[in-house]
Parts: sequence; C-alpha cells; structure tokens
Amino acid sequence: MERDLTARLSAAARASLRWEAGLGLLVIAIIIFGAVTSPQFLTSVNFFNTGVSSGEIAIMALPMTLIIISGEIDLSVASILGMSSALLGYLWARHWPMLAIFVMVALLGIVAGLINGLLVTRVGLPSLAVTIGTLALYRGVALILLGPNTISNFPAGYTNIGINPLPGTQIPYNVAIFVVLAVIFGIVLHFTATGRSIYAMGASPEAALFAGIRVKRVKTMLYVISGLVCALAGVLWTFRLATAVQNNGLGLELDVVAIVLLGGVSIFGGKGTLAGVVLAVIAFAALQNALLLTNFNQEATGIVIGALLLVSVFAPNAAALLHGLPRWARGRPRRAAPSP
Amino acid sequence: MTSTVTERAGSAATPGSGSRRLTERVFRIRESGIIAVFLVFVGVTTAIHPEFLNQQNLQFLLVNTVVYALLALGETMVVISRNVDLSIGSVLGLSAYVSAGLFKPHPGIPIPVVFLVGLGIGLACGMANGLMVALGRVPSLVVTLATLYIIRGIDILIVGGNEVTAQTLPNSFANIPRANVLGVPYLAIAVAVVIGAGAYYLRSFRSGRELYAIGSNPEAARLAGIPTGRRIFTAFTVSGAIAGVAGVLWAAQYQTVDSTAGTGYELTVISAVVVGGVAIFGGSGSAVGAAVGALLLSSITSALNVLGISQLWLEAISGFLLLLAITLDRIISLRLQAALRRRSAGVGT
Repeated sequence: MERDLTARLSAAARASLRWEAGLGLLVIAIIIFGAVTSPQFLTSVNFFNTGVSSGEIAIMALPMTLIIISGEIDLSVASILGMSSALLGYLWARHWPMLAIFVMVALLGIVAGLINGLLVTRVGLPSLAVTIGTLALYRGVALILLGPNTISNFPAGYTNIGINPLPGTQIPYNVAIFVVLAVIFGIVLHFTATGRSIYAMGASPEAALFAGIRVKRVKTMLYVISGLVCALAGVLWTFRLATAVQNNGLGLELDVVAIVLLGGVSIFGGKGTLAGVVLAVIAFAALQNALLLTNFNQEATGIVIGALLLVSVFAPNAAALLHGLPRWARGRPRRAAPSP
Repeated sequence: MTSTVTERAGSAATPGSGSRRLTERVFRIRESGIIAVFLVFVGVTTAIHPEFLNQQNLQFLLVNTVVYALLALGETMVVISRNVDLSIGSVLGLSAYVSAGLFKPHPGIPIPVVFLVGLGIGLACGMANGLMVALGRVPSLVVTLATLYIIRGIDILIVGGNEVTAQTLPNSFANIPRANVLGVPYLAIAVAVVIGAGAYYLRSFRSGRELYAIGSNPEAARLAGIPTGRRIFTAFTVSGAIAGVAGVLWAAQYQTVDSTAGTGYELTVISAVVVGGVAIFGGSGSAVGAAVGALLLSSITSALNVLGISQLWLEAISGFLLLLAITLDRIISLRLQAALRRRSAGVGT
C-alpha cells in the first residue's frame, strides 16, 4: 500500500516534470519560430514590448496558481484590477496625494479578496459561483466610480514605467516585479509548510482538515493575497497605459486561468508547479508576440492558446481516453434518448 | 443537494415518506423564491413608475430577454449534470456572423435556411465539446475554456476586418424580434414554448431525470447503469445548438455583427442560471427558474432605465444579486439538512 503510494507519487512527479520539459521545448520552438520568421523578434526593443504588455497578466497568474492548487478558483482577478485602477483614477482626480491613494488601493484589494475568501470558506459557497458574482460586483464598482470618464493626467514620473525599462537594463518594471513575486511565491509554495498544506488541501480537503491544517484560514489568506496582488497589477496597468478607465483589464481572468492550466496545474487542485506556470507565461507572451510580428491576425492567437490548453488537459488523460472509448460506445440506454 | 433527485418523483406523495414531503416543500419554496423576488421587483418598480409596465417597455424587455433565456436553458442542462459550458458566447458570435453574413452574397436566401446554418454551427460546436468532455473525461471547465478561445479565434479569422451591416439584412429578417400579436412578440412566445418543452423534458423524461442523477453523484449514477457519457454529450450538444440558434436571433436583433458579438455572454448566462436556483455543482434546479433568472437580470436593466438610475449600477447590482442568491440557497440547504437529520434521528430511535 505504502509502496503503491510512493510509486504513484513519483509517477506524478515524473509526469509533471515531463510536462515542464514539454513546455520548455515549446518555449524554445516558439523562440526559433519567431526568430526565423521575423528579424525583429530577437531585438531588445521587442523583448521590452513583449514583457511590458504581459506583465500584469503574469503577476495575476501567481496567486491564481496557489488558489487553483488549493482546489478553488478566482475569476474576479481582472475585475479587482479594474476596480483598483478606477479607484486610483477616482482619487487622483480628487487631488489625493499619491501615497494615500496607494494605501487605499491596497486596502481595496485586501477587502475584495477577503469578501471572496469569507464567502468561500465561512459561508461555504462554491468559489466558481462566488467569484463570477464578485467579477460582476467589482467591475460594477469600477463603473460606479468612474462612469464613462477617463482619467489620464497622471504625473510622468509614474506613467514612464510603460515606456522606460529599469535603469541600466532592458527589463520593464512590471516584469521585474513579476520576477520578484514569482521567486517569493515559488519559495512559499515549494519550500514551506504552508505551501505543502496548499497541495494537501487541494488533493483532499477533508484529509487536510483532519491532519490539522487550517484549511479555511489558509484559503482565506490566499484570496486576500490574490486581491492585494491584483490591486498592484491594477496600479501597474493604469500607469503603464497612463489611463484609468472602468473597463481596464476586462476579460483577462480567462487568460490568467488559461495560463495557469497550461502551466500544468490541475483544475481539480493538488497538482502543479510554479515553474510550469512561469514557463507558460513565457510561452503565452512569446507566442502572442511572434504571431503579431508575422502579421498573423493577433486576436486569433486564441486558436493556438485554446489548442495548447486542450493538449494540456488531454495529455495526462490519454490513457483514460483510450480506455473510455469502448465503454462509452458500449453504453446502452434503456430507452432511446428523446431529443428535446 | 443529493436529495433533489426525488424532487418530482415523489409527487405521488406516498404517505409516511416524510423526508420526501419535506424536500418537496423546501423545493417549492426555492422554486417560487426567484419568482417571488421577480414579482416584488416588478411590483415595486411599477409602484414608483407605472410606465415600467407599458406595452413598449414590456416588449423591449421580452425581446431583450429571449437570447439570454434561450442560452440559459442550454446552460441549465449542462450545469445540472455538474458541468459547465463556457463556450456559448463564442458559439453565438460565430453563428451570428456566418448566418447573417449569408444575406450579402445570397440576397434571396430563405430565412429558415439561415436558421438551419446557425443551428448546424451550434450543433457542431456543441458536439465537439460533448465528445471531448464525455469521451476524454476531462473537466468541462477546461475544455470549454479552450473552445471559447478556439471558436472565437475561428470567428475572428472568418470575420477579418469586416462586419455584417444592417443594410445587407432583409426586412423580413430584421423584423423577427419586432413581429408581435397583441403586443406580445412572437419570438417571446416561441422561446417560452421552447423553454417549456425543455423544462418538461428535464422534469419528466427519464433521460432528463438522469441528468440530475449524474449531477448529484456522477459515480453513483454510472454504477446505477446510467449512460453518463451519452447524457453529458447530449447536454453539451443541446447547449451548443441553442447557442447557434441564439446567434441568428442576436443578429436579427442587433443587425450589426462583428467579431466581438456575444463576448462575455457565458458569465452573464451562468449568473442568470445560478440566480435562477440551479446549483453550480449540479443535481438541482429547473429550466423555468433559470429563465426567470434571465428575465430578472434583464428587467433590472429596464427598471434602472425607467427609474432614471444610472445604468452604471447595473453590473454591481447583478453581481450582488448573484451572491445573495447563492448565499440564500446555501442557508436553505443547510436548514434542510438539519431538518432531515432531526427527522431521521427522531424516526430512527
């Protein structure tokens, strides 16, 4: 029994390693494709542009990874980004000092995450439904705050982060923040007891509870951190585009979820690594950029993203798929199914 | 949640099966809850502003609701089986552009053919979803998230930079949402009939009941001999087909179709379904509830209009309403569980 378990665990570890190796190869393939098809692909300007335009999505993918591994989901991330951006614009237009605005935006993110977390853990509601609700609610708050207005008179010292890299490098500010956060999240997830407990509650919430893990507290904390990080992403987004408008980041939640799943994280929780998600972020950004440079209709990159997503979910299930086919075909209904 | 399978089956009211009667009672409350909220809402709005119920406004409201209510029917079937279909917005967009785009190169094309094309596109997409979920046994959230991207991508490639414009559409097509009898749009009547048929199917047909069984406990359903794969496949196929037809109706209503048609509809429709009392993890809820959920969400839009409240509040209110609905549902089901436990403890000893 015990050997069976260790065998299964190491099989899972091997499978995830294979997945990350596959993602690594995918990234290399995309880079070769980009370099061959466009001379601009491997330039530092292009590197900057690619990074700066995906930084916030990448940042939001980090807490999402932990939340999905813990067995939940947060679809409200892009709305928290939009709501933070709207509050930033709203307060700036009312001549608040920037420091006070940052504090308020951070608090807003924390409160938004806390509402998600409490509804999921204390009221016991499914996170999918809760965060679809707060997705609308938080976007609604952004609408109420800004209405149809656009606030864009931010000081150049802040909005330069969309144009200038970190001094002395080619790295955009939001990518630098992503790298720092990725290291922190990686350490917490893979090298601390809290990180292990996140895997445990994702694999089996009851077993985790009986093992003495404070499942509710940790999950609430994850939502609060997600809210705070998304608020940060909202500030970065606003300054990068030098615009606070109510629909900032609209619809990004699905991109974030797609990246995390592409990174090999199981939607059922309990499986996945941060390294996989970082590779998926790189693949996502590089792919979008390579297709842009080759004059492929960039919006249609969705086809490639979607196809990769299907591969990510079917690859580990290939054996089950082959198994399931005959059984499904054999299934005999007792009565012909009436088509409604 | 598991007790919901007996919701209607126990309507013969065998005396002595107390828990069944209790389940029924709670479910009557639950079903009527959303309708009561809707009636109170309409009542209050009308009391403040009688124009809310004038004919023009009602007509507008009904036409506005039909697309959402139709989509909600398909989504209900999928959600009841403990799955989710995120691709409906993309299917709607693809179907709207391809079907309405037929009028330009073929001006005389009969309208039923246009609907058949929309239906065909929807069927194909729904069957693809259903095959992957049922055969591959992979989570429908991921599969339909992927097809959301893929179908939208195909739509964008087909559309290019073009759009269907109102001038290319014949009047007979553009007037579909406007034709009415005694002020009631034919379209609303047709959609009500379709939803009624869907509700009847889910309530009274064996294969419909089996969707509830699968949603309550997929493993138990499989062990009980229910062909779960087939049923789930059917649910996704129907959901896709409905989204395809809804796309044609969408085109008739808005008359300008570009590659963004239907973007984000999936989450609005899921909201309507959940507000209408369908449990997000399957096994309970009804098609009528989901349709009332859709009606409630669009009557909020219309009420804000009439009351002169800024439309800006709409999104926040609908989000709040969804949270309220699922919280109330949770409280009711906890009370039910407690009551059942008390009852069985009393009977058992």
